[in-house]
Amino acid sequence: MTRDPRRWPERLKVTLWTLIVPPTVWAGHFLFSYLWAAISCAKVGEFATFPTLFVVGTVIALAIIILSGWIAWVQGRMPGGTVPHEDSTEIDRLRFLAKSTLLLAGLSFVGVAFTALPVIFLRSCS
Amino acid sequence: MSLHDQDDPTLRAAQEERLRAVWAQPKGLFFRWTDTNNNQVGVWYTLTAFGFMLFAGVLALIMRAQLAVPDNDLVEAGTFNQLFTLHGSMMMFLFAVPMFEAVSIILLPQLLGARDLPFPRLSAFGYWSFLIGGIFVSGSIFFDAAPDGGWFMYPPLTTRTDLSGLGADIWMLGLSFIEVSSVAAAVELIVGVLKCRPPGMRLNLMPLYAWYILVVAVMILFAFPPLIAGDILFEMERLLNWPFFDARRGGDPLLWQHLFWIFGHPEVYIIFLPSIALFAMLVPTFARRHLLGYPWIVLAAVGTAFLSFGLWVHHMFTTGLPKISLAFFSAASEAVAIPTGVQIFVFIATLWAGRVTWSTPLLYATGSLAIFVIGGLTGVMVAVAPFDWQAHDSYFVVAHLHYVLIGGTLMPLFAGLYYYWPLITGKKLSDRLGRIGFWLMFVGANIAFFPMHLSGLMGMPRRVFTYPAELGLGGLNLASTIGAYLFAAGVAVVCVDLCLSPRRKKAERNPWNAGTLEWLAQPDDENWGVRSVPLIESRYPLWDQKDFVKKVDEGRYFLPDAEEGRRETIVTTVLDARPLAVIRLGEPSVKPMLTAAVLGGVFILTTYHLYWAALACGVATLACTIWWLWTGTAQIPEKPCKPIGHGIELPLYLSGPSAPGWWAMFITMMADATAFSGLVFGYFFFWTRHEDFPPMALADGPGIVWPLAALALGLVSWLLTIGAREVHARSGVGAARLMLLVGIAASLAGIGAGLAGPWTTGMDPEAHSYPAIVWTLVIWTTAHSGVAAIMQAYALARSLAGRMNPQHDADLRNVTVYMHFFALTAVLTYAVIGLFPEVA
Repeated sequence: MTRDPRRWPERLKVTLWTLIVPPTVWAGHFLFSYLWAAISCAKVGEFATFPTLFVVGTVIALAIIILSGWIAWVQGRMPGGTVPHEDSTEIDRLRFLAKSTLLLAGLSFVGVAFTALPVIFLRSCS
Repeated sequence: MSLHDQDDPTLRAAQEERLRAVWAQPKGLFFRWTDTNNNQVGVWYTLTAFGFMLFAGVLALIMRAQLAVPDNDLVEAGTFNQLFTLHGSMMMFLFAVPMFEAVSIILLPQLLGARDLPFPRLSAFGYWSFLIGGIFVSGSIFFDAAPDGGWFMYPPLTTRTDLSGLGADIWMLGLSFIEVSSVAAAVELIVGVLKCRPPGMRLNLMPLYAWYILVVAVMILFAFPPLIAGDILFEMERLLNWPFFDARRGGDPLLWQHLFWIFGHPEVYIIFLPSIALFAMLVPTFARRHLLGYPWIVLAAVGTAFLSFGLWVHHMFTTGLPKISLAFFSAASEAVAIPTGVQIFVFIATLWAGRVTWSTPLLYATGSLAIFVIGGLTGVMVAVAPFDWQAHDSYFVVAHLHYVLIGGTLMPLFAGLYYYWPLITGKKLSDRLGRIGFWLMFVGANIAFFPMHLSGLMGMPRRVFTYPAELGLGGLNLASTIGAYLFAAGVAVVCVDLCLSPRRKKAERNPWNAGTLEWLAQPDDENWGVRSVPLIESRYPLWDQKDFVKKVDEGRYFLPDAEEGRRETIVTTVLDARPLAVIRLGEPSVKPMLTAAVLGGVFILTTYHLYWAALACGVATLACTIWWLWTGTAQIPEKPCKPIGHGIELPLYLSGPSAPGWWAMFITMMADATAFSGLVFGYFFFWTRHEDFPPMALADGPGIVWPLAALALGLVSWLLTIGAREVHARSGVGAARLMLLVGIAASLAGIGAGLAGPWTTGMDPEAHSYPAIVWTLVIWTTAHSGVAAIMQAYALARSLAGRMNPQHDADLRNVTVYMHFFALTAVLTYAVIGLFPEVA
């Protein structure tokens, strides 16, 4: 494989663990949002209006999801193998994991956006 | 051995004879039950779970008879409470979850072309635990002692012993025992899918059923332990009067609801996904083509698994939580509809693109999808908080729940039953009776449950044993009752079909002409799994690979023989299924059954407050476990390698991250860590709910000194174990033994130091939730310290007995995995109880 620095995503090792990066980011963002809301409502009595930290956290979460989706997209387009890519070859296994990761990134992006929306529209505890 | 050797029929016959002898079921009235072959255990498991389903179904019919007309007095209110509690609990814990495990341990070895899954004795242990616990829980109704607090057992009505009888203890302890078997099955299934695939079956060629099972088994690891944590707190309150859920003493009943639903919602998907997985196997068969969108199914399974953990609060929309929190959970509940919908569209698309054969299994599959979609739509409705406030605790929710479970779990299982019956028995079920049964069930389910949407919206609450005629609900309820009996008639027709099956003639092999590996099975099946472990090049090898069945049957693939007279299978790598080793599997033994029996004793005797007898059973459980491990695991083989055919030699021993045992330990500890995080959650839950937590008057305990001393001892023990592993691998056997010995001392000293904190500061766990949760965390951690000492002693003893050496160190490596998790537990516990009060 070439050492072209623009092709670094192709050199990343794809394992079962990379598959769960996007949904794990969703889970982290969701847990963080819930705990923050629960603690600030219980301890402060109100939820911070348009909290900067929340916006930053959401942007970071979305950025990681987009990045892993993009890496997966690049990896899914690596040359090799024959259509329909259902053979017992290394490249087909990689393509499959990459495509599944890309799809999970899409779902996780929607999930994070769904969690962010209530903060824009509700802003309060009660 | 070369390929040409297999041309010799006498050699093949001799191989078959050896395999048959090795895999033969033990004979004799008692000993036949000591078999550990998953093929056998899975069948017992399935029949037992099916029996419990019929029993729970009869309970439902009695309830529907009671509700058929207004002001009915067929059963009393108390009995009715027992009926609905037991119906819900049994359907969930004794049917839906065990049935998935049961079906999977039959199917997985076949789907993966393995002789068996890696831990057949663990499966047997799980089965016996399930059977004992199940009889204990379901039998309680005959003694008027069944639980009566609803299948979610909300405190405080259930924790107050003056308001609830023995039933609550039976629920908690009996079902906790059954959860042990669920976690055992999860370990077996995860390691099976990851490590026991045939050579060539890379992740992208894995049967979709295996993907679903992998995902669901991982879900069990994160869903069941919080309930185990909740059960611990619950029984501490009932048996010892520790006030976790008692608001007068700083407790909170809502904590139970959180812990219960963190389990309870993923549970719905835990039982839904495996049933849908059956579709993923039978839809391609009857559409006569590969399933479309293989990665989409993986997306759906993994996505659903994650999102389903963000839904638990939607069961608690009316408990007064902050609305912003409700909105997060409402959003997640809507989002889970996306992957769920994806799966359904994949199936529809595959059927659309294929040449469909309308068989009985496919009829059940499509019918159940129709029912499930209605339940899914009402699910989206109740995910919207304002609608839920209207529908909450009404029959609308009962209707939603039953549409989802009948469409998403029960009917797909019947589809699987009709599809896979020839695989298990070699005989097909009757198409005619199957279709009659289907239409009775389909029509019955809709007549039973659709009117409940209306009666719910008209104001009929759940869990009432009768209702006055003036409410005008009589007609709808009568319709529901008629529907329920119609549905039961459908189930009865299927049962008749099953009973007639032994009289029918054998079907041909692979009667549906399916393409996946499990259909290698012969109508007159042998116990050995596959004749030879195949090389896989396609998702549907029976369709795509040339002469595949013939080559498997003639033993032309791998491991066609059992020269040493041992049960064996091939272990491969996780990603690409490259062969790694041949492992020896557990042979028939009384140990799993005996261990389950004495462990059952611990739970059952505690229910009746017979603590000394329970303790004796606890000691016996430990003794049985050590006996089982000592004689059956990590055995040094008589030779380092053996040939598996085609010039490949594989080792007979593995240790570290490539070994199944290492994975089993890692997975078990994931479950353990999740249960522990449930307890830590309890601590911080009290902290958010109460202005003064820890309360000023009680804030002295447990201090800082003892917790930090206990932490230091725990970390020393951990580091010594790591050190022992490292020097042992470099042949420093003496030094490793010494380090283990000091490690044991540190672990034991850690118990004393841990308990000294709350003890010396006079913390009274009955006084308030703060000392109670501190004691609980300390007891949890020191108990793990005790287990650490036992494990270190075990590794030391193995070394001294010559059963472990630097080339064969699986025991020590597995103990180290435990110690990593133990160190994490110690850090969290002692930081929370020792340092957090200083900063809070």
